[in-house]
Amino acid sequence: MSAPWFRVENLSVQFGGVKAVSGATFEVQQGEVFTLIGPNGAGKTTLFNLISRIYQPSSGSIRFEGTDLLRVAPHRIAALGIARTFQNIELFENATVLQNLLIGGHTRRTTALWQELPFLPAVRRAERRLREQVEQVIDLLDLQHYRDSMVGGLPYGVRKVVELGRALATRPKLLLLDEPSSGLNVEETDDMAFWIQDIRNDLLVTVLMVEHDMSLVSRVSDRVLAMNQGEVIAHGTPAQVQADPAVIEAYIGVATV
Amino acid sequence: MRFLFKTDYDQDIRLFKHGGQRFWYALLAVVLLAAPWLLSEYHLAQLSLVCIYGIVGLGLMLLTGYTGLVSIGHAAFLGVGAYAEAILAARGWPLPASMAAAVLLSAAAGIVVGLPALRVRGIYLAIATLAFGFILEEIITRWESMTGGNSGLSVAPADLFGWTLQTTAEFYFLSLLCAALATLAVLNLLRGPTGRAFIAIRDSEISAQSMGIHLARYKTMSFAVSAALTGLAGALYAHKLRFLSPDQFTVIQSVELLMMIFIGGIGSVHGAFLGALFIIVLPQAIAALIPLLPGALANAAGLQPTVFGLILIGFILFEPMGMYGWWFKARTWLQLFPFYRRGTFRRQKTFQKSERLR
Repeated sequence: MSAPWFRVENLSVQFGGVKAVSGATFEVQQGEVFTLIGPNGAGKTTLFNLISRIYQPSSGSIRFEGTDLLRVAPHRIAALGIARTFQNIELFENATVLQNLLIGGHTRRTTALWQELPFLPAVRRAERRLREQVEQVIDLLDLQHYRDSMVGGLPYGVRKVVELGRALATRPKLLLLDEPSSGLNVEETDDMAFWIQDIRNDLLVTVLMVEHDMSLVSRVSDRVLAMNQGEVIAHGTPAQVQADPAVIEAYIGVATV
Repeated sequence: MRFLFKTDYDQDIRLFKHGGQRFWYALLAVVLLAAPWLLSEYHLAQLSLVCIYGIVGLGLMLLTGYTGLVSIGHAAFLGVGAYAEAILAARGWPLPASMAAAVLLSAAAGIVVGLPALRVRGIYLAIATLAFGFILEEIITRWESMTGGNSGLSVAPADLFGWTLQTTAEFYFLSLLCAALATLAVLNLLRGPTGRAFIAIRDSEISAQSMGIHLARYKTMSFAVSAALTGLAGALYAHKLRFLSPDQFTVIQSVELLMMIFIGGIGSVHGAFLGALFIIVLPQAIAALIPLLPGALANAAGLQPTVFGLILIGFILFEPMGMYGWWFKARTWLQLFPFYRRGTFRRQKTFQKSERLR
């Protein structure tokens, strides 16, 4: 049997006395949509921050395509093919949507500073090529209208899409979405669901997401993992996890009558 | 009203976005080239200083306005460039060689200062650069064998392979050429991947990093390029003043440079030059107004810094985009005419940024 494509093993991290994640173990198969659910403070976002190397775990391992991620510098994660969005949107506010998406192509940068200062033809060619790739993302997410708008002035729903676009512009193999539907209205959530399906089916990108909206979760996910207080409590298809007594207890408590 | 129909990616890459821009910048170039015949010797010398301060402004703008790293020690880089140029020119180096050396030396100093920038941020970085400013001031004062210390150092006129740039006009053309090349380099940088990486670091380090930007490398790069530009300006400054002393490169000077780019308009290349123009014109405007003021006020010490400070406060309160903001709004008004709405630039509350990932 070959090594799993993406595997988190026995991962723990502590902040002071708080065990934010303790002993999390799971695997993600290439081509699936894998969702993390759990009440607030369950450690879902912390897990994302561990994968994108913002936090250093206390113990455990994360392996992606045979690479030990804990040995990789944070800025090298994108080049390996892992892109992410943030729960509270971390866009480049004082730049246009186009610039934001072009920054997504940073890992494919081919020119050096000395070539850019005189803007040699090679730089122009590289810029055109990058723009073409970014336009594909713009077409997919219907962002044509906002191309030259400053991100700082855009409504929340659009920013959410821009952030998704920026992550896609890195051409990821694994996309981490931190609450893609938070703050979106029903229609926007609907669009988001379609895009997640498109991203998986057409772009063949594996999606690992944190999400609270259970209808969205059951609509797009292949497998769901439930966490509570840093620990994995259930694991399986959306229906299985929703019916799991431990999950129901974590969300609404136990009946005492 | 102007409509721009984009049919080609190159339209977003080009420096001039439309014929109108090409026309106005060409006109500006013609006027600047004709300045020696249009202006008096004195005003021409002032215009050279605007070019020099404009180059410093570009350097500081790249660092503070585009990479978001505040430096309160930039006069030190100006000093490194100026003294390097003065000392090398005295040893008979031709201008291009001594200037290149001054630029490289400043860039090296920039990298040295940039290294702590990888560990500290915000106000702590500002304090680190402040300390660097003090250290350099002290070195210039104490290293008498090299710099002449407090008694100063006189600088030979710029020498271009035996052709000495003696007249104001000759020096003006040199400054103009340097300013034009520096502007072009900065604009090129900003429309390429490096400039975008700088902007990314300014707006969100955390997501810049997750987009694959090596924070340490790009911050150091920003410091190096910024210091190099400031060093270039320093080399010109040495030849302009013909006399250097440590009190020209104090922390007060650094703060003034920072005020210059804020008043010019933070985060814009125009702002660097508008700020330079402002910093050169303001003392003269105050001098012209003094006879009109009542005696007690006219003779008050520190009138100029007070006015300077008041203007800065005014800009921060009412026009954070600085003088460039005026220009930008006027241009937008003309482009949209007659459809400009009064609320176009009303500042709106943006969504609270997360503090969790600091």
